[in-house]
Amino acid sequence: MGMTMTQKILAAHAGLPSVEAGQLIEANLDMVLGNDVTTPVAIHEMEKFNNQEVFHKDKIAMVLDHFTPNKDIKSAEHCKCVRDYAAQHQITNFFDVGEVGIEHALLPEKGLVVAGDAVIGADSHTCTYGALGAFSTGVGSTDMAAGMATGKAWFKVPSAIRFVLTGKPAKWISGKDIILHIIGMIGVDGALYKSMEFTGDGIAYLSMDDRFTMANMAIEAGGKNGIFPVDATTIAYMKDHAKKEFTVYEADEDAEYEATYTIDLSQLKPTVAFPHLPENTKTIDEVGDIPIDQVVIGSCTNGHISDLRIAADIMKGRKAAKGLRVIIIPATQEIYLQAMEEGLLKTFIEAGAVVSTPTCGPCLGGHMGILAAGERAVATTNRNFVGRMGHVESEVYLASPAVAAASAITGKISGPSELEA
Amino acid sequence: MRAKGTVHKYGDNVDTDVIIPARYLNSSDPKELAKNCMEDIDPDFVKRVKAGDIIVAQKNFGCGSSREHAPIAIKAAGISCVIAETFARIFYRNAINIGLPIIECKAAADEIEAGDEVEIDFDNGMIYDKTKGTQYKGQAFPPFMQKIIQAEGLVNYINSKEDAKD
Repeated sequence: MGMTMTQKILAAHAGLPSVEAGQLIEANLDMVLGNDVTTPVAIHEMEKFNNQEVFHKDKIAMVLDHFTPNKDIKSAEHCKCVRDYAAQHQITNFFDVGEVGIEHALLPEKGLVVAGDAVIGADSHTCTYGALGAFSTGVGSTDMAAGMATGKAWFKVPSAIRFVLTGKPAKWISGKDIILHIIGMIGVDGALYKSMEFTGDGIAYLSMDDRFTMANMAIEAGGKNGIFPVDATTIAYMKDHAKKEFTVYEADEDAEYEATYTIDLSQLKPTVAFPHLPENTKTIDEVGDIPIDQVVIGSCTNGHISDLRIAADIMKGRKAAKGLRVIIIPATQEIYLQAMEEGLLKTFIEAGAVVSTPTCGPCLGGHMGILAAGERAVATTNRNFVGRMGHVESEVYLASPAVAAASAITGKISGPSELEA
Repeated sequence: MRAKGTVHKYGDNVDTDVIIPARYLNSSDPKELAKNCMEDIDPDFVKRVKAGDIIVAQKNFGCGSSREHAPIAIKAAGISCVIAETFARIFYRNAINIGLPIIECKAAADEIEAGDEVEIDFDNGMIYDKTKGTQYKGQAFPPFMQKIIQAEGLVNYINSKEDAKD
């Protein structure tokens, strides 16, 4: 029986000629990642190992992105713990304020993950790197510590669901709309323990940023990972960024899938996930009249340069609705700089938005845009659970940068075509 | 090994943001985290919970963020076991890695109610609802995971493997 793309990468990293779904394996890791919330717990676990040395100082990344610039004293202590550890153990890929970006935008940009890699990260959105044709998955802090100490992780080889994407998406339809459509279709546990394997001729129309957004939200369908085949777009991106050699794996013709869904991208409409689950999706024409208090454009899901370009395109020459707070968060310093050079930041500020330094911030209700009871936000982030962005009685509506930017202008949840009419 | 306690019951998709909201993630101290456990889904949980109590929930328990703070908070609050129809995969790994017992069992998740007195025998995966007089067979762990659980966590397991090599 053939192997899926995920299974091939796992077999290669376990030193096995083949693996099958359900098999327990130990895989060698190319990168072990943590942030300022999860790494302190991992460092504490590291202290319990007989051998406390890290397995490879270049293959560990520590990214202080969640509560930074330090939001309070306790967060400052956590960051200091990681900073001191990174210095003591000479961790090459330690990123602090000034060079930090949101981890899942930063690592690909720095060329630290490439096609064919096996990556774990103590952050659930580590599945983002599947966009590059890597196996990457979120774990907890103890797994991160074990990875730091041994360079290995245990996995149950996942079965797979295949998503065949066909056709060309219409104007304003982005990776966010596609992945929200998929989560709405299969549910927040629709891919539980499984890999989500994307294929089909429609992928050629998706930018790297669209693919990062889609792989990023595989976890919101319960998936172990989401993965894209490597094509000319991927190779061009890696040529610009990669700091190491990459390996291309392809699924076997006779690979087994538990289910196959075919999605005609040309038929999709802008899609919004209503509170309080990413699966509660409606297309923009079903939304109705929902006034909002805040718009957030950013996060590991949608803080890329192309996301900011789309938002600026819609907001240029327009003003944010009165009484609305609009918060724009470029995901990395390089994206921030690029957005500045292209004049996007000027567009945002003239429209009445604020532009923040890179941080996860409001996405997880950390800081930089917390909601009060009864307030509603449209956000390009990834989760809309109860209390996710603040008070338990606040609401988050997940959407694409185009919908978020259009909503910023109208003050209610709106599609970009409303502004064109 | 056995656990026995009163049940706290929840539904589908209990996410790690409600188990321990991010506003408390500036701490990683188990005792601090336990004070706010389940706050956004069940504000009185910390007042009601007694050492040994059991959480029973339905599908996809622990979905969302990878924060290990979630199983740490549950364990430190005194919970002796979580029973659910299914667990989100990162929560599942984390619970095993830190030594919080968990069991997958659909029938138990469907039928056991809040306030029931439940006893669990981890050696054979049996769940006994003493209030209702019913019993259920939970899904057994693969032998590899049983070894991690018996070592009381992943770090001890890795240490013991290295000791064996020496």
